Amino acid sequence: MARSINQNAYAGALPNFRNLGIMLRVLVIVNVAAAAAAIVKSPDLLAAWWQFIESSALVEPLLILSLLVLAALSNVLRRIPYWAAAMVVLAVELVLATALYLAWRVLLGDGPSALERYWALVALTTFALLAYFHLRERALSPALSEARLQALQARIRPHFLFNSINAVLSLIRQEPKRAEVALEDMADLFRVLMADNRELTPLVREIELCRQYLGIEQLRLGERLRVDWQIDAFPRDALVPPLVLQPLLENAVYHGIEPRSEPGTISIHVYALRDELHAVLRNPYREASDHHAGNRMALANIRERLALHFDAEARLSVKASDDAYEVRIVMPYVKERDR
Amino acid sequence: MTQEAETLRVVIVDDEAPARSRLRDLLADCADELALAVVGEAANGRAAIELMAAVPADVVLLDVRMPDMDGIEVARHLQKFERPPAVVFATAYDEFAIRAFEVHAIDYLLKPIRLARLKEALARARSVPPRPGVLNEIARAPRTHLSAQERGKVYLIPIAEVLYLKAELKYVTVRTTAREHLIEEPLNKLEEEFGERFVRVHRNCLVARAAVRGFERALQDGEAHWEVLLNGVEERIAVSRRQQHVVREFGKS
Repeated sequence: MARSINQNAYAGALPNFRNLGIMLRVLVIVNVAAAAAAIVKSPDLLAAWWQFIESSALVEPLLILSLLVLAALSNVLRRIPYWAAAMVVLAVELVLATALYLAWRVLLGDGPSALERYWALVALTTFALLAYFHLRERALSPALSEARLQALQARIRPHFLFNSINAVLSLIRQEPKRAEVALEDMADLFRVLMADNRELTPLVREIELCRQYLGIEQLRLGERLRVDWQIDAFPRDALVPPLVLQPLLENAVYHGIEPRSEPGTISIHVYALRDELHAVLRNPYREASDHHAGNRMALANIRERLALHFDAEARLSVKASDDAYEVRIVMPYVKERDR
Repeated sequence: MTQEAETLRVVIVDDEAPARSRLRDLLADCADELALAVVGEAANGRAAIELMAAVPADVVLLDVRMPDMDGIEVARHLQKFERPPAVVFATAYDEFAIRAFEVHAIDYLLKPIRLARLKEALARARSVPPRPGVLNEIARAPRTHLSAQERGKVYLIPIAEVLYLKAELKYVTVRTTAREHLIEEPLNKLEEEFGERFVRVHRNCLVARAAVRGFERALQDGEAHWEVLLNGVEERIAVSRRQQHVVREFGKS
């Protein structure tokens, strides 16, 4: 069984070089460094600009090539230990730099200054970037364990817990069978909440969890809660961060259904579009609901976890109109066999 | 303790059916020791008030978080009854409400409710009269309705339907498109509670901002003054000299 991306991350792992966010970070950092070097070397800003353009001719081809090669090697790199992988990256960079240097000589004859100088520059930049990604990974990791703690404090509202227990208690005398099912569902829900939620989980399981959660809420709310599942087209092999949908449903029930005496519908639409997975949740909504803090906390928590798993490739957006509230999550379509 | 001959009349108010059914079961368990009868159930605040206006009750078990009108507002309306029932609040988890209850020593039950706690609360409810005033303090939001009592009937007037509030002697007239009601509340307290919803156009009158259709100059006793035109009714309200600035404010917006 393949080790998961994020379990690895804790022992210290290279970033995912196939991630757009990581690539952008590399591009920006290297170019900023080149610009800084140009400014240091030049007497004024105009000269610095020309200097920067000139050095771009050297920097950009190396940069683009590196990104391509690293993206290609990404899977191999993430499977070997961190220090070995870091050495491989350094070796790749030096080889590429040498190759470009030689190509340059052949094309332009005379060519730029000594090769050792390039090696030193490339090695330094590579170390700096590796250190940056290492620190970043470390900085984000505590956020994840904190997020797991918040699972108990914020994502399952105490309000839900106590009301559900109350509902189950009311069933025990009249409908013991239903009480049993409800308790089983609650057990499943809490098992997931208390589990180590760092690994991606099958979307199928997340949806099953949502069904169980809504089943419990249905006990209390009866006819007032209507659910419209639009998931016929959802990809069976997709992986998602655990608890990416359930907390949103809990928000929808708390803010959209409970404050209304008339029935309301929560709709859940999950589908894959090209290489992206979309999840859209809608619920009725009325202004002047007084509990916004919980809502924001859940959204912030999900945003944070999406960023950790997918960096810039995932996004969560919220659209609130007069009578409806919509949360849309877009994330990369990660398949079971890819990991 | 001496056996009380009278039966305790209890009303259950909760928006969730299982919660009501649970309370029913528990009250049935209490009935062995305590003479009581469930005289009614309601699934929302409005129904609860109407029910209790028709069926007298001694104690009401009242859920705090309910749609449209929360339990605290229900209790505020019940206070105005000639013989208000004792209120026992029930809540699953509501930090604000619980803190308020603690501060003001209001009895409350935590869900899931225990039989022993329920018995205690019922026994106490019989002896402790409700404290007026406290509920107004712990309310978190303005009421959604005003309640008027006329000939033994209770009218709940949604605040959104009120066109104006006008003080006359010891009453305040509440005007809606449909009719007028009299309530016994000071106008300045109402102004405080509902704030921006109403604007004072006269010493004795608050007009709902949303109901203002426009202003017109009128002559009275040879003196010109402004009058408010309202949506839905022909009636006009005089703007006093001191409140003329209101006309300008509306002109701007």
